[in-house]
Amino acid sequence: MTESVTRLGRAAGGISEELGRLAAFAARILAVTLRPPLRFGEFWAELFKIGVLSILIICVSGVAVGMVLSLQGYTTLVRFGAENSLGAVVGLSLIRELGPVLTALLVTGRAGSSVTAEIGTMKATEQLDGLRMMAIDPIDYVVRPKAWAMAVAMPLLSGLFIISAIAGGYFVGVQLMGIDGGTYMSSMENSVDFENDVAGSLLKSVVFGIIVALISTYRGHTAEPTSAGVSAATTSTVVLASVTVLVFDYILTALWGV
Amino acid sequence: MNANGTRDFVTGLFVLAGLVALAYLSFTVGGLRYKGDGGLPVYALFDQVAGLKPKSPVEIAGVRVGQVASIGLDDTFRARVDLDLDSTLQLPVDSSAAIVTAGILGDRYIQLTPGAEDLMMKPGEQIAYTESALVLERLIGKFLVNVGDKSKTEDAPAAADTGAKEGTP
Repeated sequence: MTESVTRLGRAAGGISEELGRLAAFAARILAVTLRPPLRFGEFWAELFKIGVLSILIICVSGVAVGMVLSLQGYTTLVRFGAENSLGAVVGLSLIRELGPVLTALLVTGRAGSSVTAEIGTMKATEQLDGLRMMAIDPIDYVVRPKAWAMAVAMPLLSGLFIISAIAGGYFVGVQLMGIDGGTYMSSMENSVDFENDVAGSLLKSVVFGIIVALISTYRGHTAEPTSAGVSAATTSTVVLASVTVLVFDYILTALWGV
Repeated sequence: MNANGTRDFVTGLFVLAGLVALAYLSFTVGGLRYKGDGGLPVYALFDQVAGLKPKSPVEIAGVRVGQVASIGLDDTFRARVDLDLDSTLQLPVDSSAAIVTAGILGDRYIQLTPGAEDLMMKPGEQIAYTESALVLERLIGKFLVNVGDKSKTEDAPAAADTGAKEGTP
C-alpha cells in the first residue's frame, strides 16, 4: 500500500519535473529569440523544410478529407431533405475542428519527427558539443530557427488545408451530387462567422504550432546520444505531440467555444 | 538566381499562399468586414423573431442588401433586431420589414419593402413598420382551437373572432 503510494508520488514528481524542464527550455528559446543576430537566413531555410515540403501532403490530405466529409455529410443530410446545408456542415467542421487538428497531426508526422531526428542526431554525433566549443549556443543556432519556423508554418498550412478541403468538398457536393454551387458557397458563408469560427481556428493552429514546435525540439535536444535514443525520441515526439494536440483541442474548445 | 535564392523565393511564395488562404477564410467565408467605413445600421422591433439568427440575410425584392447584426430584447420585451445594411442603400423612412421564410421550413430572413417617402433613413434610425415571424406551431394550434370552438357552439365564433383581432394588433 505505502509502496504504491510512494510510486505514485514519484511518478507525479517525475512528470512535474519534466514539465518544469520543458518550461525552462521554452524560456531559453524565448530568451535567445530577441538576441541579435536574428539568423533570419536559418529561419527561412527551416521554413522551407517544414512548410514548403509539407504543402503536398497537406493539400492532398485536405482534398481527400473535404471529399469524404462532403460525401458523408450529403448522405446524412439528404435523409432530412437538408442537403442544401452541405456547405455549412463542411465549412464549419473544417474551420472549427478538422483543419487545425489534422494539420497539426500531419505536420507532427511529416516535420516534427524530422526536427527531432535532426537535432537528436546532431547531439549523438557531438555536433551540438562542437557548437558549444565554438561558443555558439545550440539553442540559439539550431533550436530557435526550427521552433519558430514550426510555429509560423502551422497556421499557414492549416489555412491551405482548409481551402483544399473546401475545394474537395465542392467537387463532390456540386459536381458529383448535384448540389447548386452557389448554394454550397452561400450556405457556408452564411453560417461561418469570423469571431466565432475563423478566429478560433487561427487560435487553435497557433497553439498547436507552439506545442509541436516545443515538443519536437525538446525531445531532440534531450535525446539519448545513441542511435536507439534518437529513434526513441522521434517516436516519443510523434506520440506525445499528437496526444497533447488532441487534449489541448478539447480544452480550447471547452474554454472558449472555438 | 542561385540555388538558395530559388529556395527562398519558393518559401516566400508559400508564406504568401498561406496568408492568402487565411485572408480568404477570414474575409470571404468568415465575412469579416472593416467596420470603420460605416454601413447603414438601422434597427426594428418585432413581436416575434423565432428562427431569425445573427448573419441572416436582409433582402429587398430577393436581392441581398445586408444582414442581421444582432438580436436582443428591449425594455418592453419586444425583440430588437439590429440590421447592417449596405451604406449605398437609399431607404425611404416609411419602409417596412417582415420576417419571412425561404420555403416552408427554410431559413428565416428579413424582407424589406421600400416605402414612398422622399426622406431617406439615416444611420441608427428605426424601421417603424414591422411584420413578425410566423410560428407554424402557433398557427396550427390556433386553427385547431378555432375548429374546436366552432363545432361546440355555433353562434360564439363571431365574438371570439373579434376578440382575437383586438388582442393582436
